[in-house]
Amino acid sequence: MTAATFTDKPAVSVPSYLMEEGSTLRSWLLTHDHKRIAILYTISITLFFFVGGAAATLIRLNLVTPQGIFEPGTYNRLFSIHGIVMVWFFLIPSIPNTLGNFLLPLMIGAKDLAFPRINLFSWYLFVAAGLLALFAVIAGGVDTGWTFYTPFSTMYSNSYVILAISAVFVSGFSSILTGLNFIVTVHKMRAPGMTWYRLPIFVWSNYSTAIIMVLATPILAITLALLAAERLLRVGIFDPALGGDPLLFQHLFWFYSHPAVYIMILPGFGVISEVIPCFSRKPIFGYKFVAWASVSFTAVSFLVWAHHMFVSGMSLYAGLVFSLLSYVIAVPSAIKVFNWTATLHKGWISFNAPMLYALGFIGLFTTGGLSGLFTANLAADVHVTDTYFVVAHFHYIMVGGMVSAYFAGLHFWWPKITGRLYHEWWARVAALLIFFGFNLTFFPQFILGYLGMERRYYAYPPEFQFWNVLSSAGASILALGYVLPLFYLSWSLVKGQRAGANPWAATGLEWRTSSPPPKHNFDVTPVVTRPPYQYRPEPEPQDA
Amino acid sequence: MGEGIQIQPATASAHASEMNWLFGGLLVTSAMILALVFGLIILFCVRYRRNSPAERGNRLGKTWRLEVAWTSATFVLFLGLYFWGADLYVRLHQPPADASEIQVVAKQWMWKTEHPGGQREIDSLHIPVDRPVRLVMTSQDVIHSFAIPAFRIRQDVLPGRYETIWFTPTKVGEYRLFCAEFCGTEHAHMTGTITVMEPGDFQCWLDDQGAAETIVRQGEGLFRQFGCSGCHGNASTVHAPKLEGLFGRPVPLADGSIVSADERYIRDSILMPRNQIAAGYPAIMPSFAGQIGEEDLMKLIAYIKSLGDKTASFAERPAS
Repeated sequence: MTAATFTDKPAVSVPSYLMEEGSTLRSWLLTHDHKRIAILYTISITLFFFVGGAAATLIRLNLVTPQGIFEPGTYNRLFSIHGIVMVWFFLIPSIPNTLGNFLLPLMIGAKDLAFPRINLFSWYLFVAAGLLALFAVIAGGVDTGWTFYTPFSTMYSNSYVILAISAVFVSGFSSILTGLNFIVTVHKMRAPGMTWYRLPIFVWSNYSTAIIMVLATPILAITLALLAAERLLRVGIFDPALGGDPLLFQHLFWFYSHPAVYIMILPGFGVISEVIPCFSRKPIFGYKFVAWASVSFTAVSFLVWAHHMFVSGMSLYAGLVFSLLSYVIAVPSAIKVFNWTATLHKGWISFNAPMLYALGFIGLFTTGGLSGLFTANLAADVHVTDTYFVVAHFHYIMVGGMVSAYFAGLHFWWPKITGRLYHEWWARVAALLIFFGFNLTFFPQFILGYLGMERRYYAYPPEFQFWNVLSSAGASILALGYVLPLFYLSWSLVKGQRAGANPWAATGLEWRTSSPPPKHNFDVTPVVTRPPYQYRPEPEPQDA
Repeated sequence: MGEGIQIQPATASAHASEMNWLFGGLLVTSAMILALVFGLIILFCVRYRRNSPAERGNRLGKTWRLEVAWTSATFVLFLGLYFWGADLYVRLHQPPADASEIQVVAKQWMWKTEHPGGQREIDSLHIPVDRPVRLVMTSQDVIHSFAIPAFRIRQDVLPGRYETIWFTPTKVGEYRLFCAEFCGTEHAHMTGTITVMEPGDFQCWLDDQGAAETIVRQGEGLFRQFGCSGCHGNASTVHAPKLEGLFGRPVPLADGSIVSADERYIRDSILMPRNQIAAGYPAIMPSFAGQIGEEDLMKLIAYIKSLGDKTASFAERPAS
């Protein structure tokens, strides 16, 4: 692997994956090519992103006035569908199924994922689940929130709970299959010389994500099946009136849903760990620490679930233990942030759009992570849990962090995926709009929560109006920031300048093949002889 | 714009004053870390921008020490915050013995409260200032959550069990009560007002509520009405556990374990008597599940609790 290969020659010899199988609908819907499946996923999750985003827009609109605009039932359905769609149909599949699917084989020098047919099957499962979710919305919606707390969801809600949880249930199998595929691929299909410590951090991150997907998702499936059993057959599991325990549901739900937070954010860490070194022209600082910090999340993410339950009536001692463990999990997160920052030190930094998104990610993720010091703190959490403080906290991580990382990755690899360059100026404008719009939307929510504004209220006391109006104003800027890329990226597909194999002069095997890559990725299986991130000016002695 | 721009909720309980310090501590810690990270990023981005002539030799080499140093520094800092918050949380679960007890029943979508003297309120609660109050709470349907931001407290209220929380209001005034756990269509309107009054005003308020039978007296009536006294009463010949002095004591069970006779235990013994059988007694008590409403259950328990007080010479007893 040469350090800086400015290979600007367009792919001439081999047709790209976009051409080789033909361009019929059939050739796309029956493809086994991981790159085409990644595109199918990208189109699907983009659709869901805008469905969930439309719900969010209506939520912010409703909250402009203290008495609300919509009927309470309508509002409750809006935030429920926003949560369900954004969590299971956008965030969880976002990076792994799109960029991960596309890049994992390319980055390790493989021709495809280990099980191409299972990969396609996972997309069909995802589509089936998505259609179920949309059907649930059209049929009349669900009003339980994305958390489906019992006994409300089993015995009291008069909405389409079974339909909604079926959608989530089916989408889980798509996650499990993708996870399985990634694990086997990373273990068995690395190119000659691609040792574990030569893997890009993106691969380490997606590998760790895959492990959590395989281990955690079945628990969600079981929990939702139990919920269905109680709602449909009156089997007493969670409702005390039937002899059940409502806290059991919360334990089971968060035993999946807390690790799921790391399913959502870990791939984002991976993207950032590629973008920052490239635009700083330096190896990532402390490669092994960053790699093992990723892997450590697969273990610790399973040990903190009950920090969602400090006021639930759970045992006091459990609270003491889970709070401590939550502070422990802050450590690998802090390692990552410090290492990204140190990577900038003495680099040659340029501010292309992917880098702006990546820097935005560090800022927003750090802010979100630090607000986690409040929510992990027992006494402080008693005051802020179930308020807008928590809403702001997880949106900083999931939207500020994760969506920025997704956009950083999308822009970074866009030339590789499409063979075209997007309009740099517009991309920078969108990155800045998203950063400022996001802060204006969600920072006021920290204050609202601290003042005592509870979650899931369609109407609120008048003293909270100022911060709510500010938040809604920010949301309109944020919405603009999210719509812009839709236009300039689509535009680039038609009018964009053709990209060379390696427009960023980046390291990594994916940049050594043409843009867009040929169907089987590489003409000749690459042989890896050096660690990743060997940027200029001179090859670095490998740290750590 | 409503009542203007707020940035701090009212501080109206002893716990809330301590919480202000904790929040301050958390805020300073996170602001310092944020300033450090943002400061370094901006500094590096400016100084090491691609075209800058800054010197770039002597880079940070061996990372191991640096990683361990900043990791342990962060962790020690976090550990301090952990103990601070944990200490406050533990105290939030240890009500003082002299706290007056108020019963709270939550249902879609209202809060029903009842004073020891039997005065009832809906979506409101009047309490005297500077006196500790302990709430015993349950729900008739789904999970609710009792939250008073001005006191910095909140506690989920579950069906089928009792949750408790306590506070000492320190400032006269009216404060908002919210339901903090999504409980259905009108969740947003499951709110109320907590009125903290001077002790004299509070006494006047109590007197204005008209003559009510105390909760204990009402419980005593229910004790006879449901036939509890037939077995557990003093004159009974049935071999049933005596309830005098029961509350708060350890109870040996038939399976060899020992439980503490708290509200939850008594409630479960009334509704699910076969689950926890007192050692040495036959399992003959019938279940009262579905026959006693949540509010009556609380009164029965208050009565049984008052029987415990009889053995204690210092206890104040309502005149009977």
